[in-house]
Amino acid sequence: MGFLEQVYRDAVLEHARSPRNRGTLDPYTVRQEGINPSCGDELVLYLRLQDGLVDDARFEGHGCAISQASASMMTQAIKGRTVDEAEALIGHFKAMIHGKGVDPSLGDLQVLEGISKLHARVKCATLSWVALDAALGAAAAGTAEAPQVDVDAVDAVDAVDAIDAASG
Amino acid sequence: MAITAERRDDFPILRRRVHDAPLVYLDSAASAQKPERVLAAVDDFYRQHYANVHRGAHTLSAEATDAYEAARTRVARFINAPDARSVVFVRNATEGINLVAHAWGRRAIGPGDEIVLTVAEHHANLVPWHLLAAERGAVIRGVPLGSDQRVDLDALKGAMSPRTKLVATFHVSNVLGVLNPIAEIAGIAHEAGALLLVDGAQAVPHLPVDVQALGADMYAFSGHKVGAPSGIGALWVREDLLATWPPFLGGGEMIRTVAIDRSTYADIPMRFEAGTPAIAEAVGLHAALDYLDEVGMQAIWDHDRALARYAIERLRRVDGVTLYGPEGDDRGGIVTFNLDGVHPHDVASALDVRGVAIRAGHHCAQPLMGALGVRSTARASFWIHTTTDEIDLLADALGEVRTFFAGVA
Repeated sequence: MGFLEQVYRDAVLEHARSPRNRGTLDPYTVRQEGINPSCGDELVLYLRLQDGLVDDARFEGHGCAISQASASMMTQAIKGRTVDEAEALIGHFKAMIHGKGVDPSLGDLQVLEGISKLHARVKCATLSWVALDAALGAAAAGTAEAPQVDVDAVDAVDAVDAIDAASG
Repeated sequence: MAITAERRDDFPILRRRVHDAPLVYLDSAASAQKPERVLAAVDDFYRQHYANVHRGAHTLSAEATDAYEAARTRVARFINAPDARSVVFVRNATEGINLVAHAWGRRAIGPGDEIVLTVAEHHANLVPWHLLAAERGAVIRGVPLGSDQRVDLDALKGAMSPRTKLVATFHVSNVLGVLNPIAEIAGIAHEAGALLLVDGAQAVPHLPVDVQALGADMYAFSGHKVGAPSGIGALWVREDLLATWPPFLGGGEMIRTVAIDRSTYADIPMRFEAGTPAIAEAVGLHAALDYLDEVGMQAIWDHDRALARYAIERLRRVDGVTLYGPEGDDRGGIVTFNLDGVHPHDVASALDVRGVAIRAGHHCAQPLMGALGVRSTARASFWIHTTTDEIDLLADALGEVRTFFAGVA
């Protein structure tokens, strides 16, 4: 398998071609915008939470194959999970994408692991996850219209954490 | 004299491999690679002559000061500024433009005054004016492109008014690759009583620049794009203007006398260079400009334009490629494109794994992306070391990239 095929696995391209859970939710518990200022890509995430569960999740926006596939697979992975499980998944996903190892609970999301080898594209993959993290925080605080979150700023901190963890 | 492939040997980084392929560096418009001569000059300066400038009482400090000031004279000669006193060292073109906005703009621009910008400006020539306009209550007037994707000069004339204080525009577009007719624009600006600032970041590395012949009042460029280290650039300002401007940043090196509650300021250009400057970087800039003159600026411009023509012809034959920017003798070595159905970032990654470095995104030109009706594009940019073989490699790869991503986006 060539390097490009390791990054863009068939399942990734399939999700990019036919993203799941694209669209909006009404009503929603929280609406969260995420932006990647370095490329201008934008994503809007809608969550409906009920009794500690992610009842439904949708997204809209535009971006590259990696950001679309990552958002598609993320919404699939969190639907029906508890909020605590979703939060744990965020940590595992960020760890994987920064090359810190793959937790088995990631399941199908492991096809995105190859992106960790393409440093320039890590933020494309984490955009939806950074938005999810912010959305869950906003929901916990009772905010429905969450302020926009910037993946550039968040991911820079995560990347430093990853380096610290690897070296320390 | 034509530029030959032997020039590639001048750039040590071109010997490295990326993802097990030879590096094909098509991102000179973002930042240029460094010729051996620049690396050697910086290394020698640190090993033999380094000390702080302007204040020392010892031999090394005198040598460092001489080297730093020689670099200033070299910059003046390179852009045909009448005097080195009117050349201020800055970090980059962005800082040069910000310096003008602060030192000139905060005094010269008042409520209702107008600043004229084109839609094709880099964010570096937009945001400083947004900040100034918000602070001073000024108005920004935008000039669109014509149907030929060049700045619409009739619209520019129409945007001028008795309140216009400044026209700020690019010399070569970082997206469209097109040369702006600066001498003509200077005439339009001056007729209305406005000053003209030129963002020369994409011009100084690529063609002969004569700030006096252009009729510019202010001209900024970045060292890192001419093969010098990052962190050094230059702002030239007409001396009669610069001499009247107050300081931009305060600190050491820019003063004449300081008391506890007041200070007086040095003459130009030191008045605008607070703190220890980028000394070795200036030495590197000197070496880079020497190198460019040895290669020949006219030869570089001819080489860039020939590569652009070649690339446009080759990419046009690739299915699904859309090209942006005008064609003609005023088109430099920047080729911006999209591949139908593939996001530019995916294009860039697919090329990266073959060792081909291009830029993808909005290129710090979001208003222009809007005018072109796209969110982002891919961009290949050329310089002294670029060959037609590399462009063939790019074009061949794009065909395969499109097949790989078929149906996505």
